[in-house]
Amino acid sequence: MSNITSTLNALKARGEKALITFITAGDPDLGTSEQIVHTLVESGVDLIELGFPFSDPMADGPTIQFASERALESGTTLRGVLDMVARVRQHSNVPIVLMGYYNPIFNYGPEQFALDAATAGVDGLLLVDLPPEETNELHPFLKESGIDLITLLAPTTGKERSARLAADGEGCLYYVSMTGVTGSQKVDAGSIATSVKELKELSSVPVAVGFGISSPEDAGAVAQVADAVVVGSALVKLIAEFSDSPHLLDEGRNFARQFKAAI
Amino acid sequence: MSYQQPDPRGHFGQFGGRYVAETLMPALLELEESYKQCQVDPSFLSEFETYLKDYVGRPSPLYFAKRLTNHFGGAKIYLKREDLNHTGAHKVNNTVGQILLARRMGKRKVIAETGAGQHGVATATVAALFGLECDVFMGTEDIRRQSLNVFRMKLLGARVHEVTSGTATLKDAMNEAMRYWVTHVRDTFYVIGTVAGPHPYPQMVRDFQSVIGREAKAQILDVEGRLPDAAVACIGGGSNAMGLFYPFIDDSSVRLIGVEAAGLGVQTDKHAASISAGRVGVLHGNKTYLLQDDDGQIQHAHSISAGLDYPGVGPEHALLNDLGRAEYVSVTDDEALAAFRMLTEMEGIIPALESAHAIAHLLKLAPELSPEQVILVCLSGRGDKDIHTVAEAMGVEL
Repeated sequence: MSNITSTLNALKARGEKALITFITAGDPDLGTSEQIVHTLVESGVDLIELGFPFSDPMADGPTIQFASERALESGTTLRGVLDMVARVRQHSNVPIVLMGYYNPIFNYGPEQFALDAATAGVDGLLLVDLPPEETNELHPFLKESGIDLITLLAPTTGKERSARLAADGEGCLYYVSMTGVTGSQKVDAGSIATSVKELKELSSVPVAVGFGISSPEDAGAVAQVADAVVVGSALVKLIAEFSDSPHLLDEGRNFARQFKAAI
Repeated sequence: MSYQQPDPRGHFGQFGGRYVAETLMPALLELEESYKQCQVDPSFLSEFETYLKDYVGRPSPLYFAKRLTNHFGGAKIYLKREDLNHTGAHKVNNTVGQILLARRMGKRKVIAETGAGQHGVATATVAALFGLECDVFMGTEDIRRQSLNVFRMKLLGARVHEVTSGTATLKDAMNEAMRYWVTHVRDTFYVIGTVAGPHPYPQMVRDFQSVIGREAKAQILDVEGRLPDAAVACIGGGSNAMGLFYPFIDDSSVRLIGVEAAGLGVQTDKHAASISAGRVGVLHGNKTYLLQDDDGQIQHAHSISAGLDYPGVGPEHALLNDLGRAEYVSVTDDEALAAFRMLTEMEGIIPALESAHAIAHLLKLAPELSPEQVILVCLSGRGDKDIHTVAEAMGVEL
C-alpha cells in the first residue's frame, strides 16, 4: 500500500483526521521552503503538498498565483523541487505530494520525471489540469515508479463520473470543496458533507477535502466528514506576510498546531 | 472529405485534447454533446446561416486587388474581405455560432477573453443582440493599445475586466477567463475566440469560421474557374487561417500558408511565432506548440498586433505543420507596418495589423508565382482599431 494511503489509514484507525498543508516550493526560496516543511511536520502536519510553480496557474486564486511568481523569481525549477524533496526525505518519512500543472512535467519528460521523482522520494502527484482522460502518457510511468496519481473530484462532477473516478482512486481522493479557484470563497460544510459521504462509499482510498478552507473552524467542520483536510492559500498567505520576518517558522508552527487541534 | 480531425476525444494527432480542471470537465462534456446535436440539426444550421447573412452581412466579397497584383508583378491576388463583416473582422462568425449554441443550452451569461478587442467586441455585440449578460477579460496592456474597442464593448453593455497578471495580454486574459469560468461554470458559457482551448473549442471554432473558406472557394471558382495556388492567412491562435484553410485541406494543389508574428525577429526573444520557434507543450486546455523556456514555463510573446500577441497556436495548425500540409512562415512588426501602409495607399483598404502580416508575406510569395497563378488572402479585419498603434510607430501624435 502506498505511503499516502497507509499513513491516512493509520490515522483513521486511531480515530484521527489528517492535516494536509500546501505550500509553494521556492516561495520565497527553496531553502526556506525546506525549513517550513520540517516545521510543519514537527507541528503535527500529516502530509505535505508541495506546489511546483507554473507561469500560468489557471486554477489558482491570487494568493497562490503570487506565490508561484515569487517562486519562479527565486529561480525555482522542477528539478530544484525534486532535490528539495530528496533532502527532506533524509530526515522524514512524511508523505509528500507534488501539486501543479502538467506542462513542466511534460517538458521534463513523463518517463524521466517518474524515475527522478521516485528516487527523490515523492509519493504522489496531483495535476490540476490533467483530467483522467489525458493521463495516458504519464500514468504508466508513475505506476511503475510507485507514485500515486491523485484524482480530483469537483462539486460539478456528476454521479456516474464520480463513481468511475473514485473506483480508480490512488493514494487518496481529493474533493474540491467548491466551484472556484483556490482560496476564493467560504466553504459550505453542509453541501460538502453530502458529497464526501457519497464519495467515501464509492472509494477504497481515503478522501481529502481542500480549496477554500481558511480557518481552524472551517477545518473542524470539514473534518467531521472527510478523512483529511487540506489547507493551502491561508498558509501561503501567512508565508508571504512573514517571509522576511525572523518569526516565520514560529508562525508556521502555530498555524499547523491550531489547525491540527481543530480537526 | 478524407481529412478527418479531431479524433472523438478531441486530439489532432498528438495535439489538442482537454487539459482542464475537473470542475470544468462536465461542462466541456455537456458542450461537446450539445454541439454534436446542433451540428446536424437543420434548424440550428439555418438559424446560423440566417444571422450570418442578415446580421453579419455574408457572404463577404472576394476582391481582386489589381494594383497590389501589378505592384508585385506575380500571381493574381484576391482578398477575402472579412473586414467588411459587421464589427469589422472575422471574429463575429464564431461568436454568432457559439452564442446561438449557448442559447440552446439555456445559458444566459457569456464570457470571453480578448486581445485586440475584436473578439470581445464581437461577443459583446451578439450578447447585446440576444440580451445576454457579457463579461470580457482583457489585459491592461491591450486595454491601453485598444482603447477604442474597450469603449465599444462598454457601449454594447459588456463589463470589461482588466487583467493585470503576467504580461497583461491575451494569454493572461485567457487565464483569467478560465478562472472566472471555473467559478461560474454552472450558468456561464465561455465563448473562446480562437481555434485553441480544450476540446471541443478548436473544432467548433474552426467549423463556425470555415464559412470563410467555403465562400472563398466558391467565389474563386466562379471568377477564375480554378482553385487558388495558395491560401494565405495570419496566425495568432489561428481562427481566420483555420476557417480559410479547412475547406481546402483535401485540395492538395492549394498551398496553405500561415503567417505568424515575428515581432522584432524570431531570433530575438520578442516574437509570437509559436510554430516557427516554439516547442510542444500544454497550455489553456490543449497540447500544441508553445513559446516556453527549458523548464516548461510559458514565455512572453511579443507582436505589434495585439491579436497575434499569444505564445501558443491552435492544435490543428500544429498538426497541419507536422503533416506538412500547411506551411508556416513569419513576418516582423516592421514588415507588417509596411504592408499596412502599402494596402492602405494602393487599394484604399486599411487592414488590421493582424491581417497586415498576411499581406506582408505577399511581398515574398507573389513574385515567386506566375501571373496566371492565384493567391487567396484572408483580410481578417479592418484597421480602424490600430490607428493609434500605427501612429505611435510612425512617430505621429494624434
